[in-house]
Amino acid sequence: MAVLLNKCEAVSHNFATLKQIPFLLVYKSWWKILSFLLLVYTIVGGFLLDVPKLFILNETIRNLYFHVCMWFGMMILFMVSFVYSIKYLLGFQYRHDIFASNFAAIGSLFGILGYLTGVLWVNVTWVTDQGQSLGSVLKEPKLIGAAIALLIYGAYFVLRGSFTDIDKRARISAVYNIFAFAMLFPSIWIIPRLVGSLHPGAPGSDSGNPALDKNDMDSTMRMVFYPAVIGWTLLGVWIATLKIRVALLAEKNILDNHKSA
Amino acid sequence: MNRILLLLIGFFISNITWAQQNKEVPEMADIMRSNGKIYTVVAVCLTILIGLFVYVFSIDKKIQRLEKK
Repeated sequence: MAVLLNKCEAVSHNFATLKQIPFLLVYKSWWKILSFLLLVYTIVGGFLLDVPKLFILNETIRNLYFHVCMWFGMMILFMVSFVYSIKYLLGFQYRHDIFASNFAAIGSLFGILGYLTGVLWVNVTWVTDQGQSLGSVLKEPKLIGAAIALLIYGAYFVLRGSFTDIDKRARISAVYNIFAFAMLFPSIWIIPRLVGSLHPGAPGSDSGNPALDKNDMDSTMRMVFYPAVIGWTLLGVWIATLKIRVALLAEKNILDNHKSA
Repeated sequence: MNRILLLLIGFFISNITWAQQNKEVPEMADIMRSNGKIYTVVAVCLTILIGLFVYVFSIDKKIQRLEKK
């Protein structure tokens, strides 16, 4: 990664406007096309290929290619945001703050989409077919954990919005982002795993991993699921880089001054 | 190139190991599949996906033009 960044920085010296962008990969279109092709494959394969015939889940098991991919994409985008927050604190370069906040923004968007799609899925599986009461759905640790994680990231944007001083905003929100990421995995994975969950694969089943019961997925599903995760994540990264490029253009003056100062 | 090939093989190798299917068969949307209406669903989703990608791609190009200025 470091080698790649250095190489890109050396190349980007030729372009005044590109200087702030550390990776020229952003300008390559192959991974954008790859994202498109993988998502076309996700939809075609996801709807047409065979899935295991299971009670309660029935055809909704295909939501795995969409709902679960949102959460995977969210985790990856938050991870990238976390890395850029650390990079900001290491060098105090303002552009790293822009990267961190925009990756966190698209990560949150994915999280919200994951939540909304989950609500629809709950309706036809846990509530209708499993006969769970609203109370037991509301007590579902994974829903609470995901809500906590998303609210923590929501607070990140509130925090960012409450500063007028750019440097102060960048520093404090970078530190906050690191703590937010530290809470992410405990709240969405570790706690639901400890206390049990309505999600398939919760403790008690063979898999013991709420959200993904490896026994429910067969090889055909994996063949669609893994490319789907990559496709959705690449789309998220693409949208995040678009936002970043707009922000870099909008704050060009600040970035240039920052560099000379 | 070799790595990409290996990656692709990795995606599809799991297909070789078939798991055994359940005896009792839960109800699936087989009617939709047999009368071919599932293809309409796929076509609708693909149209939305293509529309979204065209839109995002045009934004990408617009930003690229602004960056060159």
